[in-house]
Amino acid sequence: MPMDEIALDHSHDAHDHKPGFVTRWFFSTNHKDIGTLYLVFAIIAGIVGYGLSGLIRWELAAPGIGPMLWIQTSFFGLEGDAAITAAKHFYNVVISYHGLVMIFFMVMPALIGGFGNWFVPLMIGAPDMAFPRMNNISFWLTVVAFILACISMVVPGGPGGNGFGGGWTLYPPLSSTIGHPGPSMDLLILSLHTAGIASILGAINFIVTILNMRAPGMTLHKMPLFAWSMLVTAVLLLLALPVLAGALTMLLTDRNFGSQFFIPNGGGDPVMFQHLFWFFGHPEVYIMILPAFGIVSHIVSTFSKKPIFGYLGMAYAMVSIGVIGFVVWAHHMYTVGMNVDLKAYFVAATMVIAVPTGIKIFSWIATMWGGSIDFKLPMLWAIGFIFLFTVGGVTGVVLANAGVDHALHDTYYVVAHFHYVLSLGAVFGLFAGWYYWFEKMFGVKYNSILGGLHFWLMFIGSNVLFFPQHFLGLQGMPRRYIDYNEGFSTWHYVSSIGYVITLAATIIFFILIAEAAIRRRKATSGNPWGEGATTLEWTLPSPPPFHQFNELPVVNTKGGH
Amino acid sequence: MRHLTAALSACLFAAPAWAALPEDGGINFQPAATRIAERVHEFHNVLLWIITLITALVTVLLIWVMIRYSKAANKTPRKFSHNTTVEVIWTVVPALILVGIASLSFPNLYYQNVTPNLGQIAATSKALLAEGKTAEHLAYTKNHFPDAAEKGFVNVKIQGNQWNWTYTYMDIKDDTGSALEFVSNGLHKGRPSDPVDVGPRNLATDYPMVIPAGRYIRYYTAASDVIHAFAVPAFAVKTDAIPGRLNEGWFLVDEPGVYYGQCSEICGIDHAYMPIEVRVVPQAQFDRWAELMKTGDFDAAAASVREVAALESDTQFASSN
Repeated sequence: MPMDEIALDHSHDAHDHKPGFVTRWFFSTNHKDIGTLYLVFAIIAGIVGYGLSGLIRWELAAPGIGPMLWIQTSFFGLEGDAAITAAKHFYNVVISYHGLVMIFFMVMPALIGGFGNWFVPLMIGAPDMAFPRMNNISFWLTVVAFILACISMVVPGGPGGNGFGGGWTLYPPLSSTIGHPGPSMDLLILSLHTAGIASILGAINFIVTILNMRAPGMTLHKMPLFAWSMLVTAVLLLLALPVLAGALTMLLTDRNFGSQFFIPNGGGDPVMFQHLFWFFGHPEVYIMILPAFGIVSHIVSTFSKKPIFGYLGMAYAMVSIGVIGFVVWAHHMYTVGMNVDLKAYFVAATMVIAVPTGIKIFSWIATMWGGSIDFKLPMLWAIGFIFLFTVGGVTGVVLANAGVDHALHDTYYVVAHFHYVLSLGAVFGLFAGWYYWFEKMFGVKYNSILGGLHFWLMFIGSNVLFFPQHFLGLQGMPRRYIDYNEGFSTWHYVSSIGYVITLAATIIFFILIAEAAIRRRKATSGNPWGEGATTLEWTLPSPPPFHQFNELPVVNTKGGH
Repeated sequence: MRHLTAALSACLFAAPAWAALPEDGGINFQPAATRIAERVHEFHNVLLWIITLITALVTVLLIWVMIRYSKAANKTPRKFSHNTTVEVIWTVVPALILVGIASLSFPNLYYQNVTPNLGQIAATSKALLAEGKTAEHLAYTKNHFPDAAEKGFVNVKIQGNQWNWTYTYMDIKDDTGSALEFVSNGLHKGRPSDPVDVGPRNLATDYPMVIPAGRYIRYYTAASDVIHAFAVPAFAVKTDAIPGRLNEGWFLVDEPGVYYGQCSEICGIDHAYMPIEVRVVPQAQFDRWAELMKTGDFDAAAASVREVAALESDTQFASSN
């Protein structure tokens, strides 16, 4: 075991002897340190992704091409039509990398790499992850992937300039050499391959850890729901990512080695890519939201001081969401010209997902029912999550109907829908977890007033930002447009104001981190939340020792979740 | 949310606008111009009620538990964690709601996606006439196409290119036997030199797609380079134009007017600048336009549809108004 290796290197001290800075953070094999690294990485990538969304909202605040053109003329010295063309391409690059960065380098690393690494071993009573050195490889491959993506942004892409501007979905032929002849797309493929390998290794690590390293007495049916959510997420990653890797490899050989998988002139089919992409892409959205489900379950239970309602139903709702998630992919492709019977199947299958999702929403409310609810900061985020995820979920039911989707596909209605479930769902889950475990992870307390301000500004801002986009979509505003008819002005303007409010929230978030780091109000106990917090991480001091559970905790027959 | 549903319900009874444009501050679909759009809007209205009620239910429950079971109101938490009855209810009831939605969704989907059988429509119309149905009968006005089979479809091939559309009217042939084909470019490209007062910005084109009112249109989409998507919000149609594929769709517009759409699949630099302008005109005006197009004088043809004529009183739908 790597624990022994560390013990050999730094042999004569107690268990909590930490390795030196470089060894600790660059060759880390400790799940908590790797979790912290993932969180720091996700914050950095989040700044990039969030900055890109700021460019989008800045550009769309008014009709016409404004800020993008200003950037081209001021920073790149372009003029006239050349500047306008560059601005249009730049906008497409911005929206593409906003999606990719947020998905692959912010939400996934934060929820899975960050909280997953930190709390799966703690919650199941394991000393570390099953493969600590592979854990380290996973993290650093993710960093490499992010660097590759950043380089890809600044090397020649399409005819209009640097970077890939074909949307995060990478549809060929726009992503083939006909649309983007430059090396940018090749670097992006390499980046996603690398991120994919990192995630697959991480997924294997989680599955093995959860199946083999639970504390004595903790059967699967007593395992905390966050660990359940990570198990389902890891299985989804393991099954979905190889399909993405296959599609990307075919795209790579199409671009460089003369294959014709997606090129119609050679007998290929661009729609085949879409099928492969969404066979990965749909489970991917559950990969992003399931960990948030797990986090919210714990928070709701903790602050209601009640065990989670319908524990088994909650666990198997996640399992069934994961299973059904693999058979609904083509609802992203209703307009490609599929056979109508096939569409009807995907309509039916997609709507089925609403049932387990409804079970989760109602079970959270039932957990609160009869409780003694303490409205601490994590609970605010969790309740916000439940409400916003409901709003995002019901518009999903609307879009599931192919007949209606023909009108709304690729409009801002879709943008509003997936930002409600991801930007407001997954991200609210993320912040809920951040505040729930902040003291546990870092051993210091945060300022609750700043945290409350962060929540309320974020809640108001993101609703102002995304709710009007439903109206834009109904009116017919297409996605991925740098410019629009004046008939769409008002709601775009309101939406951009919403962004500014979230910007204030985000600044407060960083002030909160700085304030907590400077003041260093030490945690006074291992469990700040009281009787409701029943999972194993609260039995340890805050922060937990460098190596925990050297004697495995025994879970009694009644407890566990 | 309630404001939204009220507005949406009101929309159902609103008269179709002459030009279909996004309305600033609008929170609603553009007025329906096709039967497909009417059905989509009706179905969406039902869905909007359902999702609004569900969201309201969840919100009310959340607020209720937050007030009733706050730390101040309820000092001692109860410890239950199961209740089979409510668990069965919140599994079965949503499933039943979904079955209800599906029962509306499938007919809607099949109506849009199955190209109408014109022979059957003509036979139905004639049967209604034989039964003595007249303009006062809803069934009559909705199905009165006794000449559908005889007139047939107006066939148009719509090809997406970076960054314009090529329209081909397969049935309209010039003296040499070639089908009428022309390229339609957006008038605006996001440049300061863009023309002003030539139609709505980012939506107007040089040579619009022109179709006759009250006729079944069958369109085929294709693409010459990357994927595009043909979409007109007022028609509630959207079909991807994919290289190497020929996709098919249909619609029928009753009201003459100008309808605008935009490319709806990211296709590169000028994705936002390849609009779709559809001018729906009475048959006679359409025929005139087609004759002018055949002579190659596209500008004269475009000028001939600049003003869209009203339907004459004896046409089928004018009579039902």
